[in-house]
Amino acid sequence: MPKPEHFVAPFDENEMAEVDKVKLNEKPSNLWRDAWRSLRTRPLFYLSLAAVLVIVLMALFPTLFTHVSPTDDCQLANSNGGPAAGHPMGFTRQGCDVYARVVWGARTSLTVGVLATVISGVIGIITGALAGFYGGWVDSVLSRIGDIFFSIPYILAAVVIMTTLADYRSVWTLAFAIGGFAWASLARILRSEILRVKSGDFVMASIATGRTRFKTLLSHVLPNSMTPVIVYLTISLGGAIVAEATLSFLGVGLGPSVMSWGNDISAAQSSLRTAPMTLIWPSIFLTVTVLAFITLGELVRDALDPKARARG
Amino acid sequence: MTQESTPVTDTHEPLVSVQDLQIGFQTGNGFVQAVKGVSFDIFPGETVAIVGESGSGKSTTATGLMDLLPSNGRITGGTVMFNGKDLTKVSKSEMVGIRGREIGYVPQDPMSNLNPVWNVGFQVREAVLANGMAKNKKDADKRVVEVLKEAGLADAERRVKQYPHQFSGGMRQRVLIGIGLAADPKLLIADEPTSALDVTVQRVILDHLESLTREKDTALLLITHDLGLAAERASKVIVMYQGKIVESGPSLELLQNPQHPYTKRLIAAAPSLASQRLKSSRVEVAEAPQGDEIDLVAAAAHRHDVVEHADHAGTPAIEVKDLTKVFSIRRGSFRSEPFTAVDKVNFTVPRGTTMALVGESGSGKSTVAKMVLGLETATEGEIFVAGKDATVLTGKEMLEHRRRMQPVFQDPYGSLDPMQSIGSIIQEPLDVHKIGDRKSREQRVNEVIDEVALPRTVLSRYPNELSGGQRQRIAIARALALKPDVVILDEAVSALDVLVQAQILQLLADLQEELGLSYLFITHDLAVVRVVADDVAVMEKGKIVEHGSVESIFSNAQTEYTQKLLDAIPGANIPLGA
Amino acid sequence: MLMYVVRRILQAVPVVLGTTFLIYFMVFAMPGDPILAMFGDKTPNPAVYEALQQQYHLDQPFLVQYALYMKDLFSGDLGTTFSGQSVADVLARTFPVTLKLAAMAISLEFVLSVVVGLVSGLRKGKLFDNVMLVVGLILLSVPIFVLCFVAQYFVAIKWGWASPTVGADTSVGNMWLPAVVLALSLFTTGMRLMRGTVIDTRSRDFVRTAYAKGLPGRRVIPVHVLRNSLIPVVTNSAANFGVLMVGATVTEGIFNIPGVGNTLYQAIIRGEGPTVVSFVTVMVLAYVVINILVDLLYAILDPRIRYA
Repeated sequence: MPKPEHFVAPFDENEMAEVDKVKLNEKPSNLWRDAWRSLRTRPLFYLSLAAVLVIVLMALFPTLFTHVSPTDDCQLANSNGGPAAGHPMGFTRQGCDVYARVVWGARTSLTVGVLATVISGVIGIITGALAGFYGGWVDSVLSRIGDIFFSIPYILAAVVIMTTLADYRSVWTLAFAIGGFAWASLARILRSEILRVKSGDFVMASIATGRTRFKTLLSHVLPNSMTPVIVYLTISLGGAIVAEATLSFLGVGLGPSVMSWGNDISAAQSSLRTAPMTLIWPSIFLTVTVLAFITLGELVRDALDPKARARG
Repeated sequence: MTQESTPVTDTHEPLVSVQDLQIGFQTGNGFVQAVKGVSFDIFPGETVAIVGESGSGKSTTATGLMDLLPSNGRITGGTVMFNGKDLTKVSKSEMVGIRGREIGYVPQDPMSNLNPVWNVGFQVREAVLANGMAKNKKDADKRVVEVLKEAGLADAERRVKQYPHQFSGGMRQRVLIGIGLAADPKLLIADEPTSALDVTVQRVILDHLESLTREKDTALLLITHDLGLAAERASKVIVMYQGKIVESGPSLELLQNPQHPYTKRLIAAAPSLASQRLKSSRVEVAEAPQGDEIDLVAAAAHRHDVVEHADHAGTPAIEVKDLTKVFSIRRGSFRSEPFTAVDKVNFTVPRGTTMALVGESGSGKSTVAKMVLGLETATEGEIFVAGKDATVLTGKEMLEHRRRMQPVFQDPYGSLDPMQSIGSIIQEPLDVHKIGDRKSREQRVNEVIDEVALPRTVLSRYPNELSGGQRQRIAIARALALKPDVVILDEAVSALDVLVQAQILQLLADLQEELGLSYLFITHDLAVVRVVADDVAVMEKGKIVEHGSVESIFSNAQTEYTQKLLDAIPGANIPLGA
Repeated sequence: MLMYVVRRILQAVPVVLGTTFLIYFMVFAMPGDPILAMFGDKTPNPAVYEALQQQYHLDQPFLVQYALYMKDLFSGDLGTTFSGQSVADVLARTFPVTLKLAAMAISLEFVLSVVVGLVSGLRKGKLFDNVMLVVGLILLSVPIFVLCFVAQYFVAIKWGWASPTVGADTSVGNMWLPAVVLALSLFTTGMRLMRGTVIDTRSRDFVRTAYAKGLPGRRVIPVHVLRNSLIPVVTNSAANFGVLMVGATVTEGIFNIPGVGNTLYQAIIRGEGPTVVSFVTVMVLAYVVINILVDLLYAILDPRIRYA
């Protein structure tokens, strides 16, 4: 084996950078700004955002979309009729305008969806955060309670509640029936995220400066654990809308007099063979709404955590 | 460059001849060139080391040789001649034939490189069968046991049926070395084979790797960040910087007579080499370091003078008496048993000095730090900080106690809240302690950012925009904001590249001198201790086994364990010129 | 391993007690006469009323009611349905049908998830992957009853490939359409899980080491990538058994399949409160039991737990 040469590269070939120097961009960047930058480039983001906005507008101002009354202008003569001038989607079995009913139905879906999500969000965040951060017996007690709620599929629980509360059916009871049982998975997600975040040295550093544990939880741990919560809540808003529709479909949602996509689909099933479009139109609105929320949630997740995209 | 590294006169053919190798990665920000024209030869049976910091392209070069690049990487130019074939041009199936049989590979992290769902025997057998080292199942089983025995697993027959999680890190690395050498390849590529292991285990594994490759006359390409380790193990060292070779040559010559400014910088900053020089060069380090170059030897000598004048008589900054921590560990499902992590530990840190607490993982050193910081409660014992027992403090007194003592943690990526700007991170301690008004707090933030030598423009930035070293400066600035007396440094420089590490060590020394700080320095790295500490306590299994001044420990270690730790410093036995 | 099994079963005890108590509480701790409330706007005849009062021990204090109810539950007395049949008898008749439907749906879901997930994961970012991501997103968003109606209308009514309702003939040939619908409703979760773990596993260090050993891709993919990725997908599919025991309610109702779900569906639609409560309790217990089995299955597949 030959003795190796002592090779030295010309000094000017590699410019020696100053040790440990990082070039800073002009604009400061952080998680949210980066996420926004990446969201802005996704056409799907605008599409689902637009869909959500339209649904929200429909829920708030249905008269912007239709002047036909969904209940008063019904004529049995039009029963299951096809599209006609001013009635682009035809008529229901009761002779009501399908388009008007679909527009007015958005309000129920959205209200129940939002309320149920807020309820499950509040319960889930409080229990998940306390269980994850404090550990020990707090965790044991809260997690066991969570296990119990997790073991009852929330549609079933809602069925039971709505059956017993048949006389008290309202948007609120429905929202509680759905949200009151859907929080357990959020609590689990947040708990494990908090366990991950709290092991970070910056939490230790904050406590070492003299901050109380509770204030550290609020100022450092929770803000850093919110990504999966936001994503979960956006997606579960879609889930709550499905739950409302399913319960209405089963006849244990809001009363049949309330306009809701679930009720309409339920009422239309007997006409499936003769007038399938009376069932398909509310189904399309329901599906598109849910799709918009779920897509939005997933796009936000992709933007906040580029690795999640790979993991799917 | 090409002519220089290819010997013209020798009749020996090199085993591997790399010419002008270029490798790049497709990233979110376009195509990035990671290796920019690298050329070197490896002769049969020779050990060559590539040394560099993270991002130098050393690992990319190694994985590029056997086409193990991640899917977004590809070779963009150059040739790799091996056995008359150009490895950059061979077909996929030819490469499969070369891997394992001709070129073996030992990865860095033993914890993640074995498949957790297959037993160890299965994973070795795969390598044996794939490379035609056995004809039938019986032969293969026999060969598996042989391979594992060679790799240093004494009870190989019993262990083949076990799963990776039942092995320790060192054991797993032995299995991986066994797999790498299973088919007696002509070249073994070892990519930081011991960086993830405890220092004493590192040495044993490297010794074993060395004797195995010598026995089988296997050439070894060793990738490492540690110049001392490279020089100790390899006959030829290649120094890489930003994707290029800046200097290469016989290891001793390179170390004793470095030519390129980057190599000089690396050698000056490497604590393992610096501590080695310290003995001989104490007298002649009077000459000041030039320019912005950091020389650890000079720094250490300088601080030694300062410490001589430190106040050893007054109240010590920290005094720990019979400190004990007992955890309860779950055994099985229903029982838990007590585990003594820290066992009657005693030490004092005199005001204005640095005391190093050294030990391997699991020795209990970090638990001591946490108890001193009040982040874990002590099971027994007392911790006096400036004369006050910190274990009995509550409420307001505890807050006052915390003001005097601030931590800097190991992970510069994890110790800063990613959601907060640098300014509010540094200001947080001031807010918590309600010191001054808004204006005076801002002023104090500006002061400390000056003290750690960062521009004030970083205050509006977020941690993810800064480098590891800069983040560690921010962590130090946050610790200094409250004007503490004591700073607890928990592995504060372990995650940094050598040059950055040297800079931070320098900064810590300067700050200590300026502000009269006392440091409790927790580390696993004895080499660093030599250049920063005044006193050392060596911990093993929760107990302090040896305690004394740096000089006495290094020149005259009393316990076998300390001696083992000292021997494990790579490069400690290389005679360095002058 | 044995300790793991014992621990897992012990963990389920508070869950079983808690879930049954919660359901019981929801029904009987509400204001007003619980029996009348269960019947909604209908009025039960006195005999039924009395039978129910006895079944739920309504003359006792609440906690005693619950304790007696639990005693009945575990001695196999699950109550009577509205039409006077014993719930246990109805279960014995309907359970095999639901099990068969679930088995069909899950086998299909598993195969689809693994195949599509594996191909998508290996060809991440390619056309197939992108198409499957969109398909998955849509299937995830369509409520199950919409999916049922779409299948019923197009496949059965319009194209005539299957009968729109199942009825008494519960052969595989007659139940394939609802099974496909259920499989599709579960497909996205399984497929994404498979795709995600394949991508994740592929970039793991041990896969690179497997290549470095000299193994060809045709061995590395099945032995190291597929085998490791299967663990979460198998357990997910197994957990779907629990979901289907419960979630087949709507599907069985729409397709008129004589299973457990359909019985519940009919009871809900007719507002037969007592039957609903009995069936929900049984289903939740089944769900808990299946989740225990899933955890045990996970332990068997993952040596890190098996040999812990």
